[in-house]
Amino acid sequence: MLEAIRQALFEEMERDPAVVLLGEDVGVYGGAFKVTAGLLERFGWERVIDTPISETAIVGAAVGMSYLGLRPVAEMQFIDFIACCFNQLTNFVAKSHYRWGAPVPIVVRGPSGGGVHGGPFHSANPEMYFVHTPGLKVVYPSTAYDAKGLLKSAIRDNNPVLFFEHKFLYRRVKEELPSGDYTVPLGKAVVRREGRDLTIVSYAAMMHTSMEAAEVLAKEGIEAEVIDLRTLLPLDRETLLASVKKTNKILVVHEDTRTGGIAGEIAALVCEGAFEDLDGPVLRVTSLDTPVPYSPPLEERFLPDVQRVAAAARDLARY
Amino acid sequence: MVRLFRQNKIVGGLYSSLGQEAISVGTAYALEPRDWLAPMIRNIGALLVKGFKPRDILTQHMAKYTSPTLGKDGTSHFGDLKVRHVVSPISMLGDLIPVMTGIAMAGSYLGQKIVAMTWIGDGGTSTGAFHEGINLAAVQKAALVCIIENNQWAYSTPVRRQVPTQDLADRAKAYGIPSYVVDGNDVVSVYQVSKEAVERCRSGQGPILIEAKTMRMKGHAQHDAAEYVPKAMFEYWKARDPLDRYEKHLTASKLWDAQTKAEIDARIERELQEDLEFAESSPLPPPELVEQGVYCEGCHTIEPDWRRPKEELVPPKSSVAAVWEVEDFGAFEKREEPAAAAKHSTVLASGDGRRHPAQPSARKGKAAKTPTRNKVRR
Repeated sequence: MLEAIRQALFEEMERDPAVVLLGEDVGVYGGAFKVTAGLLERFGWERVIDTPISETAIVGAAVGMSYLGLRPVAEMQFIDFIACCFNQLTNFVAKSHYRWGAPVPIVVRGPSGGGVHGGPFHSANPEMYFVHTPGLKVVYPSTAYDAKGLLKSAIRDNNPVLFFEHKFLYRRVKEELPSGDYTVPLGKAVVRREGRDLTIVSYAAMMHTSMEAAEVLAKEGIEAEVIDLRTLLPLDRETLLASVKKTNKILVVHEDTRTGGIAGEIAALVCEGAFEDLDGPVLRVTSLDTPVPYSPPLEERFLPDVQRVAAAARDLARY
Repeated sequence: MVRLFRQNKIVGGLYSSLGQEAISVGTAYALEPRDWLAPMIRNIGALLVKGFKPRDILTQHMAKYTSPTLGKDGTSHFGDLKVRHVVSPISMLGDLIPVMTGIAMAGSYLGQKIVAMTWIGDGGTSTGAFHEGINLAAVQKAALVCIIENNQWAYSTPVRRQVPTQDLADRAKAYGIPSYVVDGNDVVSVYQVSKEAVERCRSGQGPILIEAKTMRMKGHAQHDAAEYVPKAMFEYWKARDPLDRYEKHLTASKLWDAQTKAEIDARIERELQEDLEFAESSPLPPPELVEQGVYCEGCHTIEPDWRRPKEELVPPKSSVAAVWEVEDFGAFEKREEPAAAAKHSTVLASGDGRRHPAQPSARKGKAAKTPTRNKVRR
C-alpha cells in the first residue's frame, strides 16, 4: 500500500505542476516511512518542501498556496500530530468555503493506527474529530488499489481532504495494480464480500480483520456481507442502508475507540433509515475507551481481533 | 456604526479601530493591486484601500444577504480571491500568518512577484501560530510583511503583562529577519516604512516585521467600557490622534485647504449615507441558505495564474540531487554582541529622525563573509 500511495503522489505531480508536497523530512530523507522517497530528486526543491516542525504552519501554508490555485499535499509525520494543527483545520480550512466561498483544495495525509507498538502518541485514529467537522472530507482506505485511486481523487478534489494511511497496512497489503491512470471516487463505500445473514461494516485495518472473521463464520454456515466504508465523510448512506435492508442485521467494527466512534453514527442512521428492516440490535466491536497502550499484551487487549468480531457476529446472527 | 449598534441593527459585536486608523491605511497603500493582504478585526481601513466599499462593511455587520458572505459571517470576516486578493480572517489570532506565508511561497513558485501582508496585535504575538508562521516565512524567504499593531491592550491585559520586551519588533532578531519600529499614529511614516518593507520583500530578501506603536481608544468591543485603562493614558494618546495629525500635516504642507477638506468630507458623508440606506433596506438571508456552500461542488474552477514557464517545474528541468550541502558543522563559536544601532530601524516621525534600515543583525552581516556560516541548502 505504501508504494501505491507513493505512485499516486508521483503520477499526480507528473500530471500537474500545481501539485506540491510539504512536511517534515519529506524531501531529502523521503519521509519517516519513505512514502515520499525519490520525489525530491524528480520534482525539485520548490515542489517537495522540507519544513520546520510546525504542523500549524504546514497546514496554514498549504491553505495559502491553495488560495493561489496550487494543490498542496501536506504530510503529518504521524497522524497523531494532526492535533497540533487542529485549529487550522477545523476553523480555517473547514469553514473557508462556507464562510466566504474560498475553496481549499489541499490534502493532509499521514500514517495512522495501531498494531505496531507505537504507544500513545504514534498509534492514534483521530478521524472522528474531523468527521464531526463540516467542510472536511475524511478518507481511510484499506487496500493498495483504493489508496492510490482515492489519493488521486483527493488531490483533484476542490475540498480539503484528510487522508489516513494505516501504517499496519503499509507493507502488509500487497496487490498487483493496473497500469495507467485511475481514480476511486470519494464518498463511495464498497461491498467486499456478499452475504445474506448479517452486514459487517468496517474500514482500514479492521476491514481485513472483518474479512477474516467472515471466513471463519462462513465455515460455520453464517454468511456475512462485509462493507468497506473507504470514505468516512461524506458517509455513503445508500450502500449501508441497502445492505441492511438485505441482511436485516448490522455489526460495525472499528479500531477507533468506542465512545464517539463512527459506529454510533451508523447506528443512528440505520435506525432513522431502516428501523423496520432490523431483526436485531446494531452491535459494535471497537477498541477500548483508553489511550493506545505501548506494551504488546496491553495493545493486543486494546485492539479488536478476529475472535471478538466473529463472536459478536455469531451473537447477532442468532437473533 | 456605534449608532447602528445602539439601535440593535448590528447583529453581533462591533470592534472599533478608533486611534489605529493610520496603520491599516498607511500599510495597505504600500501594496500594489497584485499583492495580497489579510486583515484582522481592526483593519477595515485596509479593506477600503483594497477597494471594498462601506456597504460591504455595513452589510457584514448587519448580517444582510447582500453582504460579501451573504450573512454567513460578520465584521471584517470576508475576502476576495479573484480581484482584490484579500483573505478573510478567522477569530483565532495568529493563524493568518502561516496562511499568508503560504500565499507568498505560492506567489514565488508561480513567478508572480507578489507580496503578502497581514497584521497581528500585541496580544496575538503570544500565539504559537505567529511563531510558526514567521519562522517558516524566514526559512523560506517568503515575501511576507507582518505588521504588529501594538495598541497596548490585549482585551483588558496590558502589553507589559504579555511580553517582557520594550519593543515587540525585537522578536524579529530570533527569526533572523529585519524589523522596523514606527510611530503608528503618523500615517506618512507608516506608509514610508511599509513601502520600503514591501519593496525589500519583493526583491526576495525574505519577510519583514514592522511594529507600529498605537493605542486602542475604545474597549475590546462595543460592550467593553475599558475602565481598566488609566484615564491619563487615553488623554496622552488623544493628543496624538492620527486623523488630527494628518490633517495638520496636510494643512501645514499646503496640500489642501478648507474648501478641499469640506469637499472630501461631503463626498464621504454622501457615500456613507447611500451605502447605509442600501444596507438598511437589504434583506436578511433566506433560512435555506444555511445548508448551502459547505463544500465546493464544482462551483469554482481552480487554476493558478502561471507567470513563469511550467517547464521549469516538471522533470527533467526540476530534477535535482537530493542532498543537503552543510558547510558549517555548528560548533560553538564566540561572537561579538550585535551593535545597538543594528537592532532594528526606528522611524520617529515623517521626514524626521529616520535611520537607515539595518541588516537583520550584526551577526548576519558578519556571517555573510565568514566561510564557516551554517549554509544549508533549501
